[in-house]
Amino acid sequence: MHIDVLEKRWMWLVGLMVVIMLGTIFYTALANAVHPPSNVETIDSTRLHLSEEFAEDKLGVETMADGSVRVTMVAARYGIFPQHIEVPLKTPVTFRIATPDVLHGLHIPFSNMDTMVIPGFVSEVTTQFQFEGEQPMFCNEYCGLGHHYMWSRVKVVAK
Amino acid sequence: MSEQHRPVGLAMAHLWVAFLTFLLAAVLGLYQVAVRAGVVPQWDEGYYISVSAHGNIMGFVLTTFFIVGFGYYTANTSLKRKVWAPGLAWTGWLMMMAGVLLVVFALITRQATVLYTFYPPLTAHWTYYVGAALLVVGSFLWCVIMIVMFGQWKKDNPGKPVPLAMYGTTANAILWLWTATGVALEVVFQLIPLAFGWVDTIDVGLARTLFSWTLHPIVYFWLIPAYIAMYVFVPQAAGGRLFSDEMGRVAFIMLLVFGLPIGFHHLYVDPFQSDGYKLFHAAGTFMVAVPTLFTGFTVMAGLEIAGRLHGGKGLFGWIKALPWEKPMVLAGGLALLMLTAGGFGGVVNASYAMNTMVHNTMWVPAHFHLIFGGTVVIMYFAISYYLWPKMTGRALFSAGMARKQLWLWTIGMLIVTIPWHWLGLLGVPRRTAWVPYDHPLVEQWTSSQYIMVFGAILLVLSALLFIINLLMTHMNSAREDNREVEYAEPIHPVLNISKSLNGFAIWNWILLVYMVAAFAYPILQFWMLSGQDVMAWGW
Ligand code: HEM
Ligand SMILES: [Cu+2]
Ligand SMILES: [Cu+2]
Repeated sequence: MHIDVLEKRWMWLVGLMVVIMLGTIFYTALANAVHPPSNVETIDSTRLHLSEEFAEDKLGVETMADGSVRVTMVAARYGIFPQHIEVPLKTPVTFRIATPDVLHGLHIPFSNMDTMVIPGFVSEVTTQFQFEGEQPMFCNEYCGLGHHYMWSRVKVVAK
Repeated sequence: MSEQHRPVGLAMAHLWVAFLTFLLAAVLGLYQVAVRAGVVPQWDEGYYISVSAHGNIMGFVLTTFFIVGFGYYTANTSLKRKVWAPGLAWTGWLMMMAGVLLVVFALITRQATVLYTFYPPLTAHWTYYVGAALLVVGSFLWCVIMIVMFGQWKKDNPGKPVPLAMYGTTANAILWLWTATGVALEVVFQLIPLAFGWVDTIDVGLARTLFSWTLHPIVYFWLIPAYIAMYVFVPQAAGGRLFSDEMGRVAFIMLLVFGLPIGFHHLYVDPFQSDGYKLFHAAGTFMVAVPTLFTGFTVMAGLEIAGRLHGGKGLFGWIKALPWEKPMVLAGGLALLMLTAGGFGGVVNASYAMNTMVHNTMWVPAHFHLIFGGTVVIMYFAISYYLWPKMTGRALFSAGMARKQLWLWTIGMLIVTIPWHWLGLLGVPRRTAWVPYDHPLVEQWTSSQYIMVFGAILLVLSALLFIINLLMTHMNSAREDNREVEYAEPIHPVLNISKSLNGFAIWNWILLVYMVAAFAYPILQFWMLSGQDVMAWGW
């Protein structure tokens, strides 16, 4: 096979670019444990309202013994419950979310809180909020004709 | 070979279906941005039916029909032999048409407002899934014909390199067989049984995993014809040479091998796959940037040669010296421009962690309208401007109009997609009919929503100019004398081709191992989990 000198240089450059990009990704993933939600955990979505964790009176924000915060939510057409939550600034917050019906996706702009919510599975995301103030949380996955009405409010407050 | 043996009718039957549906989908695109901006009545069902139709047409109909039609013509003209089994080819066309009609029926009777990605447990009417299956099976007949013709030519020309255009086309046929298998399994074993009521429940995690198998490589199925044109038509039109024939082959092989086992970058924030497999697919995703970067290099090197042959001097002088008045050259330049911009957005999407900032926001449609709606489609335009005179024997109606159309398309796409990127960063969710949220953040979105309506109008005008130009060519009285389809010659003629760069056997084996590593456990795990199956839902 004939490879031109210029081509060879370009190949090295391309190789270097790939190594740098993948190096960054693997470094942040493995050394800093930055991962998207990947807890492979199933749940019977027809019986959410009867479950230990996602029954209506169990939803909301809870501060754990170690100071971290846990938010339990249900995404159901066409609302995100509870509709208003308050979480502390710069503190690890773990969201646990399930749905009784179809696909949803929950996203708080300007944050890493972005996850699909899949019927039959529980989504778990841990993040820290960097900005104070009220942010919307949108459903960002088509879930039916009322999809664009599906959102809630998250207030980030300084401790 | 004489012109009577050209598969003109077969190619035209495919290409016209592609472009007429494309025009309709472009109008639907305009309707969608108008709904989002609130300049037409905000009818939610209308919006979601429209997005379902627009996605289906652009993603499945325009592309598949164009690729198949162009493939027959490429096979015939590059190998200089008749299309094998034309009866089978027409059967494929009929199946694809039947599929399209079923899907259209399901959509307009409001029984399939589930978008082109299916999205169970939303469950559409069975005609939607059977239609999609027919479209795929019909296109598989094309794959078989391409592979047979490739094999026949090699048998008749032992040791000779298969023409690059046909090598790429065959790579695409093989890629498509591998690619569509994922969604075919989902449709046949999960969605059709659910739609008919033969089963009551579905495992959504499994369905999404199978869909992700298809969702990434399908973009290479769309892109490869554009790359073929960049390798074999652009340097030729510019009056230069192909910089490297072998590098083209390497690029097609890499797209095939690395393009397939990386679908989990669509599932980064899905909870049912583990982070280890996501990282594995992320690594492959960056590897598949390599063939694109090679292609960019080879095409630009070919253009530089042409520019210098035209007397261009200095570091950039050759760019000015290129014959930009030729639609193929202009399209090649604009396509590379949009590929660079869209590629940047793609790197952000592919980044395992950074993706969470933009996942499912308007950033995503911005990215793929640049590459798919931009680079890919603009090369489809240029290929058509080049082939129509060859096929009809009539000169292109207007090269000036073609140039205006290409510019209009590029400018329109930039006007639409630049605000979309911005909106994505500001958190606007994709696939939303409009944004009724009572929150101060929404005010920051408004101006961008209006700008995109203007861009969309330019795009629809451009689509119209394209169709008119082709139609008028059929009626043109000026004749086209040169009916030969001319493929660029490489600078270094390929004299000794290694077997691995002239066939696919070894690459298929490597791909098989890679696919098993990437997908076997992630699919099988759903049988080890329990309790996740859910029932069907309407919308
Ligand atoms: C007139 C030009 C076009 C306009 C105005 C336009 C506009 C749009 C809009 C507004 C959406 C929906 C965005 C959302 O709600 O998330 C969309 C989706 C889409 N467009 Fe286009 N588009 C155009 C051309 C194209 C072209 C040329 C292609 C590809 C060849 C394309 C492929 C798609 C696909 C695949 C989707 C995704 C549908 C989905 O999310 O389910 N579009 N387009
Ligand atoms: Cu939704
Ligand atoms: Cu992809």
